[in-house]
Amino acid sequence: MTNRAVPDAGTQIEIYRRMALIKANDERSRKVIMTGRLVMPYYSPRGQEVIPSAISVNLTDEDYVCTIYRGSHDQLAKGLPLKDLWAEVAGRTTGTCKGKGGPMHVTYPTKGIMVTTGIVGSTMPIANGLAWASQLRGDGRVTVANFGDGAANIGAFHESLNLASVWKLPVIFVCQNNEWGEHTAYDKTSNVRVADRAAAYGIPGERVDGNDPFAMYAAAREAIERARAGEGPTLIEAMTYRFHGHVFGDQDAYMDKERKARAMADDPVPRFRARLIADGVASEEQLAEMEAGIEAQIDEAVEFALASDFPGVEELKRDVFAEELN
Amino acid sequence: MATQTAAKPAKANILQAINAAIADAMEADDNVVVLGEDVADPEEGGVCGVTKGLSSRFGDARVRSTPISEQAIVGAAIGASLVGFKPVAEIMLMNFTTVAMDMIVNHAAKLRFMSGGQTHVPIVIRTMTGTGFASGGQHCDYLEAWFAHTAGIKVVAPSSPRDAYGLMRSAIDDPDPVLFIENLPTYWTPAEAPEKDHRVPIGKANLLSEGNDVTIIAYARMIQEAMPAVAQLAEAGISAELIDLRTIAPWDRDTVLASVAKTGRAMIVHEAVTPFGVGAEIASVLNEELFGKLKAPVKRLGGAFCAVPFSKPLETAFAPQTADIAAAAKALMA
Ligand SMILES: Cc1ncc(C[n+]2csc(CCOP(=O)(O)OP(=O)(O)O)c2C)c(N)n1
Ligand SMILES: [Mg+2]
Repeated sequence: MTNRAVPDAGTQIEIYRRMALIKANDERSRKVIMTGRLVMPYYSPRGQEVIPSAISVNLTDEDYVCTIYRGSHDQLAKGLPLKDLWAEVAGRTTGTCKGKGGPMHVTYPTKGIMVTTGIVGSTMPIANGLAWASQLRGDGRVTVANFGDGAANIGAFHESLNLASVWKLPVIFVCQNNEWGEHTAYDKTSNVRVADRAAAYGIPGERVDGNDPFAMYAAAREAIERARAGEGPTLIEAMTYRFHGHVFGDQDAYMDKERKARAMADDPVPRFRARLIADGVASEEQLAEMEAGIEAQIDEAVEFALASDFPGVEELKRDVFAEELN
Repeated sequence: MATQTAAKPAKANILQAINAAIADAMEADDNVVVLGEDVADPEEGGVCGVTKGLSSRFGDARVRSTPISEQAIVGAAIGASLVGFKPVAEIMLMNFTTVAMDMIVNHAAKLRFMSGGQTHVPIVIRTMTGTGFASGGQHCDYLEAWFAHTAGIKVVAPSSPRDAYGLMRSAIDDPDPVLFIENLPTYWTPAEAPEKDHRVPIGKANLLSEGNDVTIIAYARMIQEAMPAVAQLAEAGISAELIDLRTIAPWDRDTVLASVAKTGRAMIVHEAVTPFGVGAEIASVLNEELFGKLKAPVKRLGGAFCAVPFSKPLETAFAPQTADIAAAAKALMA
């Protein structure tokens, strides 16, 4: 495709900042678990940093996003404050959900982070509803539904894409194809590319290099503009690679060593960093300073979280319904 | 109506009452929207016509027929409710809720809690069911216990037009998800018409007849089976108290416990199969709270533990009938 949207210099730096934040946060998360300071189910988004970073610079706080257990990258890119995230994954009362949701259910409506689900495929039906609300109100907001390659084989995917197409909903379906669904390789579960399935619903579908910030930015921007203009949904299959096992502690013996080594050698974060410097968009000093700032913010967030209180047991009776249980 | 003592009370059936309740709620609040298979007027306002006239009156945007996609229906309702809409979603028959259980149980019921109260899901899921129309094993189950067993969702099952109207208005007002169970075979039975804007609070049972010897707790169509049983028992010198539960979750413990504390005998009647059912829960609470005051073990009367059969005599025998209720009450007195 020619004449695709290109992020300007400031936007490129912002995309990189979000990527660097996600990478640094992932590294810290694994370290904190490894050293026994925190126990949580942790699904690393390492390797998938570009996708939400390049999408979210095209969104505002008013736009909605739904994501999955492997979702800290989507949440941070959308603006979730680090302290709120860390306190939540530490199960503290200062967390976004008072510690009642945990890493798989982070919610932060202030930044449009409406649902994080632990059920494969379930972002899509709910994202449609958020988009339907925007359509009814004519408020111009869009909704991004994130999900994995594995989720493209769940019935909810089909139901949701079909409904979004028929109702012309302002929703962007973002399949983050990291080549793995738990321990099963993508090519063992599907004979058809995810993006090609869009044709079955009569909506645009694009397979894009999800590790290329320029390609990802252009695809996302076009889909978001279409949605805002009332032209309906788009399916994006963003190709990426999961650097770690499915969940923290998974030794990933089933992953092909060579393929993995190749992917990791082509790490999208340092790659984009080098490009920004080579293109004269940013200087080494500028990016180093940015990264140091991120580390300091994470230090602060982790300490804040671990020093915060756990919720009291009275919380078991709260938020089941609007009225407290007796 | 109450003031016009001379005039005959107006009549309505449950189907009309639900239709009127949704229409009045839509009139009162633009955020009330309706979705489901066949719900709009070009599709005849639902297979039984419960939502007939709504799309013509309130527009196609607010009343939308959907593809046959139960997960997508409930998901869309949930999503819209998270940002201020009050969707009334129809899942045509209760058995079809089974293909939307993830959306209902993992999401609608839990998002308020898992988000620490930041979001909530004010949706109503309407669904029809009930034996009597020879629809066999997959079209008339009562599955209320599945939902009552889930924290975060309310379950109601009205037995009269007044209650259907009042509970629908309350369900739409409610800030949490409500499963609204409609008994299909009794849709068209006329009874006293509801007043506009009347509300029946969720969680409040209705004492239908007072008695001293035995408490019969029932809901939905079982009320129609229990009423004649109460009359038969009276003839036999047994004074039965009949409670229409109306709301299954959260059920009205105060009313039920007060009644059973008085009578000392209780029977729960439902169309759903007996094992692990609503009757088991109520019996258990009665045992916990009133042990020592009970004059007989609490009795459960429910559907047979099998798929709902097609053949007429079997279908009839499947669910509790008036004679069964009367006989069980007499046995409790023995
Ligand atoms: C409905 C459902 N089935 C199975 C699981 C268990 N499970 C959790 S993650 C996962 C793999 C999903 O893979 P994919 O959709 O590609 O997302 P990824 O984890 O790669 O981001 C599975 C099978 C689940 N959570 N939900
Ligand atoms: Mg995957």
